[in-house]
Amino acid sequence: MLELKHISFSADEKEILRDVNLTIDDGKFVVITGPNGGGKSTLAKIIAGILQPESGQIFLDGEDITNWGITERANAGISFAFQQPVRFKGVTVMDLITLASGKELTTAAACDYLSQVGLCAKDYINREVNASLSGGELKRIEIATVMARKTKLSLFDEPEAGIDLWSFKNLIDVFEKMHEEIQGSIVIISHQERILNIADQVVVIAGGKVEKIGPKEEVLPGLFGIDTGCRGMREGM
Amino acid sequence: MALSDLLKQLLSDVADLKDIPTEGAFNIRNNGKSEGRRSTKNIRIEPKENGSGLDIYIAPYTKNESVHIPALITASDVHDVVYNDFHIGEGAEVNIVAGCGIHNCGCDTSMHEGIHRFFLGKGSKVYYEEKHIGEGDGTGERIINPTTEVFAEEDSYLEMDTVQLKGVDSTKRVSSAKLAAGATMVIREKIMTHGKQTAETSFDVELNGTGSSAKLISRSVAKDESKQLFRSKITGNAACYGHSECDAIIMDQGVVAAEPEIKANHVDASLIHEAAIGKIAGDQLVKLMTLGLSEKEAEEQIINGFLK
Repeated sequence: MLELKHISFSADEKEILRDVNLTIDDGKFVVITGPNGGGKSTLAKIIAGILQPESGQIFLDGEDITNWGITERANAGISFAFQQPVRFKGVTVMDLITLASGKELTTAAACDYLSQVGLCAKDYINREVNASLSGGELKRIEIATVMARKTKLSLFDEPEAGIDLWSFKNLIDVFEKMHEEIQGSIVIISHQERILNIADQVVVIAGGKVEKIGPKEEVLPGLFGIDTGCRGMREGM
Repeated sequence: MALSDLLKQLLSDVADLKDIPTEGAFNIRNNGKSEGRRSTKNIRIEPKENGSGLDIYIAPYTKNESVHIPALITASDVHDVVYNDFHIGEGAEVNIVAGCGIHNCGCDTSMHEGIHRFFLGKGSKVYYEEKHIGEGDGTGERIINPTTEVFAEEDSYLEMDTVQLKGVDSTKRVSSAKLAAGATMVIREKIMTHGKQTAETSFDVELNGTGSSAKLISRSVAKDESKQLFRSKITGNAACYGHSECDAIIMDQGVVAAEPEIKANHVDASLIHEAAIGKIAGDQLVKLMTLGLSEKEAEEQIINGFLK
């Protein structure tokens, strides 16, 4: 279980998050949504340890991890898929998936992850994760690296962005399969209604605060009725 | 003839040979003297009359053969200079493994200067590898200064991989090439320097014939207080294509300078230079740390990939 207590964060003298309290229960599928600039990505980075909160505490399974670094949190079972995946000269897709899994992988096993995210494995496995890959390809590889980690908490920051040629159904299948197989918690930052629709719990973050939280049946109808800046959620469907 | 364990180790590091090869042409040079040499039906290795080096003749249309000519130094206070000329016959295809290893346990400088000239006959293909390594715990410097000159006739092809990843205190690497019509050259260079090492690389390529092309790719890492200088000059004297690319990672107080020059003397010459120097990107470290690597492990992984 992940608990965020009274988390606040500012950057350049601007308050990004203000007194955020949030609990992610084990095995839950949680989607965080809300307007751009509302603090969603900042919150995900604070959970992964990439950013340190100004105040507040973070607990993982009851242990205070607020002062833990990125590596410690990763090894404690937190994975994070970047909104804008990083490129590396010389590091191959195989290297990255092997590092993610934390053990030697057969090519077949690594290829399996790629196939699941809709990439023809043999075309990609030995490619470098560099500028020759498109944004959409990088996003899928990013998702594959988190799948390979099989951790108890997987965070995805707008995984659907840039995945234009691959149907949303496949992306949703990936998350559902992951949820079923790993039995861990999945937290996705998304604007997409189809992704919101598979959530156990929806969290709306706006203006640096948790504006609404609850089961999708409760939160979603209100979302489309109020002006939270989420009107784009129905786009691209 | 038996090689010492030290020599075997150095040979393995430089030329991936475990011992004196049982087949193929080779010459193993240690401290300026030959430790063994063999010619084959198609590859003749002959010492030059003045003793300054070797002439290596590859017969026309030789296929799938290789020649190893590593130069090793296992003593302190050695200054070895060698001139090796490779004469590649028309249509021949050959792998050439050279390289130099210095094991210096003494306090005096040991230095190797290898001047290699390649005369590529029409339509010939050469894959050339050279690794430069410095070893030994002595305080004496290990200096390797390789010079490579290429004369490429019509439609010939040279691919060169040159690697220097550790232990060489100072290096000046000078490569030049003149390419005739249809000739192609690809050079990949990988360098890592640390401590107070210095490395200078200079490429001077003349694309003289229609359809000739050259690609120079240099990737380097400068750690600690080491210094590197990358110079490249590509001159297009015909309808040709030239591309040089210098990518460097700097760490600690490392310094890298890139001085590219491209000169088109022909309206159909197409020449490109790219250079990028910078420290390891913070988001690369963060990404690998989110996979469970420590910052140091992430750094190693990024550098290993970069220089792979």
